[in-house]
Amino acid sequence: MQKFLFELNRDRALQARYDEDRAAVLAPYDLTTEETRALVEPDIGLLFHLGVNGQILMHFAALHQIEWQDYLARMRDGIEKYGPVREGVYAVTGYEGVGADSQIPPAKADNQ
Amino acid sequence: MTLVYAGVCSHAPGITGRAEQADPMVRDGFYDAYDQMRKDIVASGAEAIIVIAAEHFANFFMNNMPSFAIGMADFYDGPIEDPAWLGIEKFRAPGDKDLSKRLITEVMETVDVSYAEEWKFDHGIAVPLHFLTPNFDVPIIPVNINCQGPPLTPLHRAWAFGEALGRASQAVDENIAIIGTGGISHWPATPDSGKINEAWDRSFLDQWCRNDKDALLDYTNEQVYADAGQGGFEIRTFISVAAAADGAQGTVHFCEPIPIFAVSCTIASYELASVER
Repeated sequence: MQKFLFELNRDRALQARYDEDRAAVLAPYDLTTEETRALVEPDIGLLFHLGVNGQILMHFAALHQIEWQDYLARMRDGIEKYGPVREGVYAVTGYEGVGADSQIPPAKADNQ
Repeated sequence: MTLVYAGVCSHAPGITGRAEQADPMVRDGFYDAYDQMRKDIVASGAEAIIVIAAEHFANFFMNNMPSFAIGMADFYDGPIEDPAWLGIEKFRAPGDKDLSKRLITEVMETVDVSYAEEWKFDHGIAVPLHFLTPNFDVPIIPVNINCQGPPLTPLHRAWAFGEALGRASQAVDENIAIIGTGGISHWPATPDSGKINEAWDRSFLDQWCRNDKDALLDYTNEQVYADAGQGGFEIRTFISVAAAADGAQGTVHFCEPIPIFAVSCTIASYELASVER
């Protein structure tokens, strides 16, 4: 899943084919039904929950012209709907620093 | 000929992509500091700029992730991101394949480094260049340190890499500027984006300015993740520049948290002993 997004994010020709027929572009990749659905919709919250690296996901969201605050909200909604990020360092750590704009409660430390 | 400039700056995509959402007073002060950095680089006589960035899967993926990589091409295209989202139009930046080859050859004497004849810039390089070489009139030597996909490059190896880059810069005929881009504390591309640990940032920058090798290498990944987020892993670029500066003392020209940009926006540089001002 991340491999596809890595290739999509940096390849304008692949982006054009993805625009035309998302399912066809995804066919060669070894993806579950859930992963395919998340990529076709796209479901940003589910992709975040499944462990797509945040930087890869951010570029993917930009490709879809998803506005910044909407993008953050979709990730928050994904955590609420599907549960904590499954793996990787781009998780919700619960850090209580200054200037926070997150409404997510602390904890969720199982991805460290 | 010599290393004529060494500094660090932020590279967050919001700096250009969400400019209108920031406090104009703070934002414009930051932009002014960027412009002064540009002027300082020009005044240094730099003929090429090494940009050490923590790239974000624009070129390297977990199927083949180098700890260190240096670009070796005559031009580089960017940004990979949507131009409207990043606030930077598509561009082609000049490189210098021959200079890259000479630098890489020298670095390889002490540090194993990958080279890449193809390299696409993401915001890690595109945002700094937007301010520092807006006319794309100086060759860029892109450099990457793996700050994204664990296991990450150890800090002491980032230091050794910086020493090698400094030595290589002294060995070539051209005047070289070296810039590290990234962090410091931030939680980018997560729902925590906008959180900033300013105290941690200022402590790190104090150590960076004193070029305190022991302190800079004393961080653990676990500490950084807890206190500075996964974005804090990008301190590797700052550490490499500290090593390249060979004991020089630094000055923070600007450091203010701008939450919508997701970082303490920072501009800092070293006063290099080898350069007469």
